[in-house]
Parts: sequence; structure tokens; C-alpha cells
Amino acid sequence: MTAYVVRRLLFVVLVLVAVSMLVFGITALLPANVAYLILGPFAPPEQVRALELKLGLTDPIWQQYLRWASGFLTGDLGESTLMNRPIGPLLAEAIGRSLMLTGASFVLIAVIGVGLGIVAALRHGRPLDHGVSVGTYLGIAVPEFFWAIVVIMVFAAWLGWLPASGYESPSAGLWIWAQHLIAPTITLVFGHLAHVSRLTRSSMIEVLQSPYVTAARAKGLPERVIVLHHALRNALLPTITVLALDFGRLMGGIVVVETIFAYPGLGRLIVFSIQNRDLPTLQASILVVAAIYALANLMADLLYARFNPKIRFGRNVG
Amino acid sequence: MSGDATTASAAAPEKPPRRPMSLQLKVGLAITGTMVLLGLLAPWIAPHPWDTISMRTRFLAPNATYWLGTDEYGRDVLSRLLMGARLSIAMGVAATVVSLAIGVPMGLAAGYFRGWTDEVLMRLADILMAVPPIMLGLLVLAVTPPALWKTALAVGFVYIPLIARIARSVTLTLANEEFIQAAKARAESNWYILFREILPNAWPPLLVEASLRVTYAILLGSALSFLGLGAQPPSSDWGLMISEARSFIDRAPWIALAPGIAMCVLVIGINLLGDGARERLDPRLKARIGKR
Repeated sequence: MTAYVVRRLLFVVLVLVAVSMLVFGITALLPANVAYLILGPFAPPEQVRALELKLGLTDPIWQQYLRWASGFLTGDLGESTLMNRPIGPLLAEAIGRSLMLTGASFVLIAVIGVGLGIVAALRHGRPLDHGVSVGTYLGIAVPEFFWAIVVIMVFAAWLGWLPASGYESPSAGLWIWAQHLIAPTITLVFGHLAHVSRLTRSSMIEVLQSPYVTAARAKGLPERVIVLHHALRNALLPTITVLALDFGRLMGGIVVVETIFAYPGLGRLIVFSIQNRDLPTLQASILVVAAIYALANLMADLLYARFNPKIRFGRNVG
Repeated sequence: MSGDATTASAAAPEKPPRRPMSLQLKVGLAITGTMVLLGLLAPWIAPHPWDTISMRTRFLAPNATYWLGTDEYGRDVLSRLLMGARLSIAMGVAATVVSLAIGVPMGLAAGYFRGWTDEVLMRLADILMAVPPIMLGLLVLAVTPPALWKTALAVGFVYIPLIARIARSVTLTLANEEFIQAAKARAESNWYILFREILPNAWPPLLVEASLRVTYAILLGSALSFLGLGAQPPSSDWGLMISEARSFIDRAPWIALAPGIAMCVLVIGINLLGDGARERLDPRLKARIGKR
């Protein structure tokens, strides 16, 4: 197991190095460089030239990359060209808010997804089962931005229960803070429920047909005990890895959802920095997202290996 | 247009044991076929011009003249929807063709040659898959002025690793078949074996997978358009339509609902078609994928 963990960790490092090169390389293709972006389109050429020299933009690209990457490792992420603030604190703030959103969504996806999966499995082939299938299917068949608009339409425009967008810090009052989290959370949860509920359903159905469940039934145990204590424990194993993967998927989902709800997290920071050509911010935030995504995938793999001995011993399934 | 060719032929090749089509496949075929047809015929069947601005017909609710109402510039929503269908479908298909064109040769080579070729190609795919698809798309699009064809390219690029993996696993199973060994015994070139022996046999499952990828491509492409990194105004791309309708959601919800529901129907139709075709192609596959 240790060898497997080490190998997977090394791969994550490799991935992050590759992604950082990709991020740096693609943005370096831009016609206008950072000096130009800082000074604006009407700056005199000699002034741009001076700043280019000061920022080291005339160095070979690999030197620039190394400087950027080593800055990243020592915690110096550079400065946002648009907001003239160091990127570090800016990013930390955005990550914190995004984690609130994704954390809340993640917990709800786990609880509701597993719950729906169990209910569907127990009513296997009956109307309720089909209802759950269709409902969760709609969640992934329609783009998140459309659900976001439906949520705004229903809860903000018609019912007037929730604010349509924005963010308030917890210091403004817990209820106000929570109110701003509810709408984007509903959207994210609905868009990601299907994977978990489907998988829980199918593995639950399989487990409920296994001999040991039949034995438990023959012993005369109440159905509730059989389902919750005997079957669920085994049925949840595959679900755990999908949950870890879903956390990674949520990091992609926040881009659209945060933009629509004007929620100032990581996703909105990325879109904002693209729209305003704020390269250093864009590079840093995408790298952070890739890191979180890679760690979530690593978590999924490790959990899978933990519960599945076939993978643990060197056989590369992939 | 290549759109209907790809989606239609996904269902066609797997016929040998002449079974009746499943309901799933029929419904999927009907929905997808209708959408493709509507998209193709859009310029002729659209009841009004899709891009003529008219201040006197702004924000009209659905009525007898404008079945789905009008938008903030007084343009007919139904006509825009129909013109948007061809954009969405073409974008999804074009993106999928891009990922097939690069992903399939990658997967074939990795699965056939094994060894370090496999290792290098698949680790490359792993690296691309280590970034959330939408981020990769954003990154590619961040450096150029937005346009729909660039979105299609970016989306196609994003899904290369998925296609490569599928092509690889299909090749792995085919590589041990007798007809491949026979071709090797005849001393055929690797090129011949890959593209004349393996590829024709790998097509049916690949096309089914590709038809399912089209829906991912449509969803991702519309999300990018929604964020302003795809089709540009006055285009009637569905993602862009929803994005523009956002500000009028309380006054004129039909402008956003129409493209949203249309996209929902299209995606479900293609999914049913792909799933139905996959089941028909290999009933065992469905059981395996259901467990995943």
C-alpha cells in the first residue's frame, strides 16, 4: 500500500508540474504582455520597455517560468495586474468562500444522494424508483447555468425568499450569510446528485440480493436493521470513491454557478481575471483549482485502493 | 452537414441479429432526428427573421404570431431557437470530431504498441484529465478573442483523453484476436493493421461513445458561450441566449426558458440514442457501465 501511495503522490506532483507549464505556456502566447496590461493601451513604448525590463519579461521563457514557479513554491504568487494587490491573500479569501460553497454542497450531495439511492433500491422497479431516476437524470442533462436561472426565478423572483445573488460574510449575521449560500448550493447539489444516487442504488440492489442479506432476513431481523446495518455498509464502498470524484467535479461547477450568483469565490475570480486579462491571477487560480482537483482524484484512488486489494498490488488499472 | 451523419450512423452499424429496436432507442432516435432536422431546415421554417431588431415588438409574451414570445430586441424567440439548434448541434459534433481525430489514433497506437508508447500517451492523457474540463476550456479560450469555432476546438481538445482511453481499451481487446495475428503472420505493416484491421472493427463502440460525448460537448460549449467565451452577439447560440436573457428573468422568463428546455430535450434525446445503441451493440457493456 505504501508503495502505491508514494507512486500516486509522485504522479500528482508530476501532474501539477505539467499543468503549471501548460498554464504558463498558454498564457505566455498572449500578444500583449503583463507590462502592457499594467500600463494600459496608451502607454508610451519606452515606459512599457522599462517595465518589461524591470519585470524580467525580456528573459527567455524558461527563466520566466522558473522564477514564477519558484515564487509559487515560496508563497509569492505575484501581484494582480488589475487590482494591484498581492494575489496570495486575494486567492486565499476566494478559496475560503468557495470551500464554504463546495463543502456545503458536498455534504448535501452525499446525504441526499445516498438517501435517494437507498430509497430507489428498496422500491426497485416501482414508480418511486423511476421518479428518482428521472429527477436525478434531469440534473445532469441540463447545464448548471440553466438550473441556476430556474432557482433564481423560483426562489428570488417569484417567492422572494432568497437574494438573487451576492455574498455576505458571517459577521453580517449568520442568517444573512446562509441565505446567500442557499441558492448556489441548491444549484450545485441538483447538478451533481445523479452520480451518487445511481451508484448507491445499483450497489444497494446488488447487495440486497446477496446471500448474507438473505441469511439476515431468514434470522428474522427487522428490515430497517438489515438495510442500515448490514447492507448499507457494503453498498457504500463504491459510492465513497465517486463522492471523492464529485468533489473534484464541484471545483469545475463553481465557475458557472459563482458567476451567475455573483458569489466572489475562486470560480468567479477565474472568469473575472479572464475578462480583464489579469494573467497572474488567472495562472495562480487555475493552478490552485488543478491542485484541489488532483488531490480529490488522489483521494478517490486511495480510498478505492484501501477497499479493493486487487489494485493495491502494483497492477495498473487505468 | 456532418451532424446527422455521425449521430445517425451511431445507431446503424449494430444490426446483425435483427432485434426489434428498444423503446429507448426509438425515442432517442426520434428526438435527435427531429432536432437535427429542425436545425438543418431552420432558415426555411423559421417563422420570422432571427436577427431583425424591432423596438415595437420587445418583450412580447408567447402569442399566436410569436409562439415563444420575443426578446429584449423584439426578435422572435422561436426563430432564434431554431437557428440556435444548428449552432449547438454543429458545435457539439465538430468538437467530437476533433477529439475523435486526435484521440482515436492516440488510443489505437497506445493499445497496439503497448510498452513506452502506451505509457507516454496515457500519462499525457492523465495530465490533461487532471484539470477540470471547463478550466482547460477557459485556459485555451483566455488567450484568443472568442468565437464559436474556437470554442468547438477547445471543447474537442478537452475531451481527447476520454476518447483516447476508450479507443485504447477497444484496441487492447481486439489486438489478441485471430485476424490480427493472421495479419501479423502475413507481415502486414503496422499502419495497415492499425487502420485497416483494427479501426474498422473498433468503429461501432467508438461511434456510440462519441455520440454520448456530443452531449458533454454541447453542455460544455454552451457553458463557455454563457460565460462569454464562445458565440458572440447577435448569434443565437443557446448558451448565449440564456446568458442575455438573464437580466430579464423576472419580466420575461420565456426568453431563457425556451433555449434551456430545448437543450434539455436535445441532450436527453442524444443520451437515449447513445445508451440505446450501446445496449443493442453489447448488452454486457451496459451491465458493466451501470455498476461503475
